[in-house]
Amino acid sequence: MTNATPAHRAAERAARQSYGKLVAYLAARTGDVAAAEDGLADAFAAALANWPTRGVPRAPEAWLLAAARRRMIDMARRRRTREAAADGLLLSVEEAAEGMDPEDVPDWRLRLMFACAHPAIDAAVRGPLILQTVLGLDAATIAAAFLTAPAAMSQRLVRAKRRIRDTGIPFRLPERAEVPARLDAALEAIYAAFGAGWPEPRGLDARRQGLLDEAVWLGHVVAGLLPEEPEVLGLLALMLYAGARRAARRNAEGDYVPLSEQDSALWDAAAIDEAERLLQRASSLGRIGRFQLEAAVQSVHAARRISGRTDWHAILDLYDGLLELTRSPVVAINRAVALSETVGSARGLAALEELAGDPRMVAYQPYWAARADLLARLGRRTMADAAYAQAILLEPDTAVRRFLEQQRARVRQNLA
Amino acid sequence: MQYMLAVYGDERAAESVPREQMTEIINAYMAYTKALQDAKVLVGSNRLRPTSAATTVRTVDGQTKVLDGPFAETKEQLGGYYLIDVPDLDAALNWAKRCPGARYGSIEVRPIWVM
Repeated sequence: MTNATPAHRAAERAARQSYGKLVAYLAARTGDVAAAEDGLADAFAAALANWPTRGVPRAPEAWLLAAARRRMIDMARRRRTREAAADGLLLSVEEAAEGMDPEDVPDWRLRLMFACAHPAIDAAVRGPLILQTVLGLDAATIAAAFLTAPAAMSQRLVRAKRRIRDTGIPFRLPERAEVPARLDAALEAIYAAFGAGWPEPRGLDARRQGLLDEAVWLGHVVAGLLPEEPEVLGLLALMLYAGARRAARRNAEGDYVPLSEQDSALWDAAAIDEAERLLQRASSLGRIGRFQLEAAVQSVHAARRISGRTDWHAILDLYDGLLELTRSPVVAINRAVALSETVGSARGLAALEELAGDPRMVAYQPYWAARADLLARLGRRTMADAAYAQAILLEPDTAVRRFLEQQRARVRQNLA
Repeated sequence: MQYMLAVYGDERAAESVPREQMTEIINAYMAYTKALQDAKVLVGSNRLRPTSAATTVRTVDGQTKVLDGPFAETKEQLGGYYLIDVPDLDAALNWAKRCPGARYGSIEVRPIWVM
């Protein structure tokens, strides 16, 4: 949105903030996620056409809800000739407005989230489904976060939504005994949302800019709901640690600053303290897990603000544990970096090369960035140059891209 | 919503079940059916004769063929069904879990397509 007016941006912001809440409400009332999304897509288009000139209405959610309902009723009427089931949808859409305070749409995002995490939904699509329905991410962004092809991802999402509707999966909060089975997908989705919001590509996609805060907000909500689940606390701590470094990730010129060179005085001390408390409470519950380990890595990094150094041996131990637990290539990359800091760059590179056969690595930026750095440290400049080229190609953030280009220029200087 | 709980099991294994255990299984089914009735969710149910009693009909290009035996040879066969009316999938799954057939084979839960 390069030529967006302030009114336009205000309209976009108001619309974005309401998206997940309105999808959740309409989907819960009708059981039909896709119909809720379609109805809302029209409502948002109308809002973006109307609001910049007429101003954002006093009750934007009620406005959007009314517009979405009109559209859903139209669609249900058209379907009615083909399917009696549309009658039920029509009825529930019409009921969706009755007895409701138009200025206070109930927040059913958690119900939607747990419906998406239902055991009757294919486990691989639960996280992506939550990202799309609750946070409004598009299939291409989700596919990138889950290392999948966009077309395949979008097909899986369509199928999963149809399945929620056709099988009658309810939109309700899970009971105590059901929680563990559904929690993994919910936490994975929140973390993926956090990751997708991390690069903050300014001005590119308004919906993605606030993603970081929304992911942290969702983390707080789930932690409030399940205060005795250590992994929930671990995830929230992890996000707070990483978020605490936000201000230090850019210098005054807007250039990217890697973690090792960040000024720890710029880190948000209050956020780090909260993260430490959460992580301690999580570990006192005595059930270790992936997010607690990841948060513990961040805790070691955060300790630099006091000790002035980074304990890479502790980090390597944590990544060893994580790799055993997850077998994730993303963890393997981070472990390779920790290896190079403790044992040496050659060992780090050897560990990284074990991943070279994984087809997902071809388009995975962190793999190429880590590889380029280790090759450069080992003086293997021609290969480092090629790896930097690939990392730059894959990096969506312009500031990070500029940083990588500088690194690459340094390698090329020594090439001749 | 209405759901069919289709009860699948291995017919051959069922043939060799000792009489005492068979009585036990039948009692369990009777108790289960009564529980469904008491909860006022039962729409209908039937037990099927084994696939050895099945006859399959198929019309191709106007030619009707009648074959003895089931449509497909499978490891587990459809042995009966319950048709229930409950609010949502979770309620249907909870009833499916309680069905005695879940212990000997599997229960396929399918929503009824409202036409």
